[in-house]
Amino acid sequence: MGRGNCGILVRDTGFQDDDWRADFVRWSGEDGHCALPDGAALDVENTAPAEDIVPFFGRIALIRIAFPSHMDGRGFSLARHLRLLGYRGRLRAAGRILADQYAMARRSGFDEVEIDPALAERQPEEQWLFRADWRTHDYQERLGRRRYHGAHGAQD
Amino acid sequence: MYRYDGFDREFVHARVAQFRQQVERRIKGSLTEEEFKPLRLMNGLYLQLHAYMLRVAIPYGTLQSRQMRQLAYIAERWDKGYGHFTTRQNIQFNWPRLKDVPDILDALADVEMHAIQTSGNCVRNVTADHFAGAADDEIADPRPTAELLRQWSTDHPEFAFLPRKFKIAVSGSPIDRAVTRAHDIGLRMIRNVVGEPGYEVCVGGGLGRTPMIGSVIRDFLPEADLLPYIESILQVYNAIGRRDNIYKARIKITVSEHGIEAFRESVEQRFRIQRETFAGEHQALLARIGAMFAAPVWIEAPTGAFDAALARDPVFRSFVDTNLHPHRNPDYAIVTISLKAHGATPGDATAEQMRVIAGLAERYGHDEIRISHEQNCILPHVHKRDVPAVHAALREAGLATANVGLASDIIACPGMDYCNLATARSIPIAQDIATRMKERGDERHIGDLKIKISGCINACGHHHVGHIGILGLDRAGVENYQITLGGDGTETAALGERAGPGFAADDVVPAVERLIDTYLELRSDDDEAFLATYRRVGMRPFKAALYPDTAAAAGR
Repeated sequence: MGRGNCGILVRDTGFQDDDWRADFVRWSGEDGHCALPDGAALDVENTAPAEDIVPFFGRIALIRIAFPSHMDGRGFSLARHLRLLGYRGRLRAAGRILADQYAMARRSGFDEVEIDPALAERQPEEQWLFRADWRTHDYQERLGRRRYHGAHGAQD
Repeated sequence: MYRYDGFDREFVHARVAQFRQQVERRIKGSLTEEEFKPLRLMNGLYLQLHAYMLRVAIPYGTLQSRQMRQLAYIAERWDKGYGHFTTRQNIQFNWPRLKDVPDILDALADVEMHAIQTSGNCVRNVTADHFAGAADDEIADPRPTAELLRQWSTDHPEFAFLPRKFKIAVSGSPIDRAVTRAHDIGLRMIRNVVGEPGYEVCVGGGLGRTPMIGSVIRDFLPEADLLPYIESILQVYNAIGRRDNIYKARIKITVSEHGIEAFRESVEQRFRIQRETFAGEHQALLARIGAMFAAPVWIEAPTGAFDAALARDPVFRSFVDTNLHPHRNPDYAIVTISLKAHGATPGDATAEQMRVIAGLAERYGHDEIRISHEQNCILPHVHKRDVPAVHAALREAGLATANVGLASDIIACPGMDYCNLATARSIPIAQDIATRMKERGDERHIGDLKIKISGCINACGHHHVGHIGILGLDRAGVENYQITLGGDGTETAALGERAGPGFAADDVVPAVERLIDTYLELRSDDDEAFLATYRRVGMRPFKAALYPDTAAAAGR
């Protein structure tokens, strides 16, 4: 279990304090979550098998996927896969993510990015806002791809 | 020819603006070098031995004259007056300054070019048959598929941080000129029994330190399923490809560790879901792209001038012999311009040479130029009546070397002269072999022979698929060259077999000559090429020729 409110949240509108006040439950395989409460927030590694989480989608309000390194792109594919499997709750990328990866995160189905204050200081808000126009210049859009987002994202 | 629309144009300019900002942030310290590195790489900027190197994409090897002229301009304005064409249909500038790079990228964007994804752990420049749309043996033009893949892979949100780089090649002919079986994904355009267009999909091929020939993952993929299927392969690779060891991170290792059956099953599972995310729009786009690659309006004119020159001029005759390939229109020819003058650096072209080629394309070639993975330039559509004039102009510019497909038409990576991964020089070895072939004067008699040289085990010089492959290594501070025999990058793909201990730099040319002389003795007739003889007689006689002392000792 961990608190969710120590980081800085990045959205299309810029930085904001984390508004998620409740605890996060660490995903530890499907057996351990039969008693997952309604509206739970889940912490998952970027190696988590998305299919195993499907039975709990209805009870989960937020999934937070860890980015251990800015070189590790597994989280993007996991997010996309969760969306394709029907997850419509809030989806958050957390950890080592660069402002330059914000558009990738949004296009992969994340609603928001969580970074620590040190990174936020080195890569201030304007650098993230520079990439907040993630809907433009998107070849996937041009190819007629459907996007899948949660409550905080585009519904197209 | 594909022409950018407003979307593509805005995209490349926006991308340059992003990179300009990234360079500024790096200089200010907002990005660490570790963070900046993947960003500069995915914009084509390498840090080499002596300087930065910018690798510019030539998508599926196709260029127009105005683009070639812009490359010449960039070479003169921001570099040392030349560029180097690579084995992946890119051009590299070896001496740009970091602060100039955004301006160079803007200059490229002005002519619908870019350096996007020519490096980094992402989907690289998609390559294709350099004779696409021209060869008489073609089933379908692979370039619309390659352009569709370029658009799909450009800035793909999931695949910019893969375990390792990812290379795709497409061939539209049963004759494989795109080395598809040595790519992460190789696509061959085929038709099924009822005549519908589709692809044979190969996965997990690659050269490098663990060379592998790709496995067929789908023997027939309908055309409309291409993007969802390729995306599924990439998704599975992104999820399960190894990230703990850079030498085991390519998809060829993923496929071989999991087995092609299990890998295929995972891909098919994803594919069932992915398919739903593609509406029909990508097929409409493919149709629009295809229309842009319609054949030019062919000139109808007599070809008498060609026949007359052929009868009159032996120099022209020998050029026609090696540098021309049959065109789908019998009145036309595909003309290859060799960038392998004996003793020159393979693949290098000066700004002046680029302008000559651009001028010829404009005047005689329906404004089309191709770059081959064999590091040559091609005028794909020349009416036969114009070939004598093209040849005369090439002679004047020192570009008429008649050696395409011969022993001196060597692929060589930049090696230790430029590259900071290299363990040995490759350019001087290529130069020495080519110079010696000219002295011998019998490379025409020898016939089809592909010599490929890499300056380290990363195999950028494709040595594994050379009929004679040469690999330069470092042995306790001394350059040492291993020789492999019998490699083949075509539809009969095979990896070369190592002959034995390596040779010192000075001994490579004599060793290659011993191989050639052995072949000349053993071939059944003048029409049996080196590779065919090797396949018939095997390694033994060649090994004996390479290591005469050992052979003599064994005989005693």
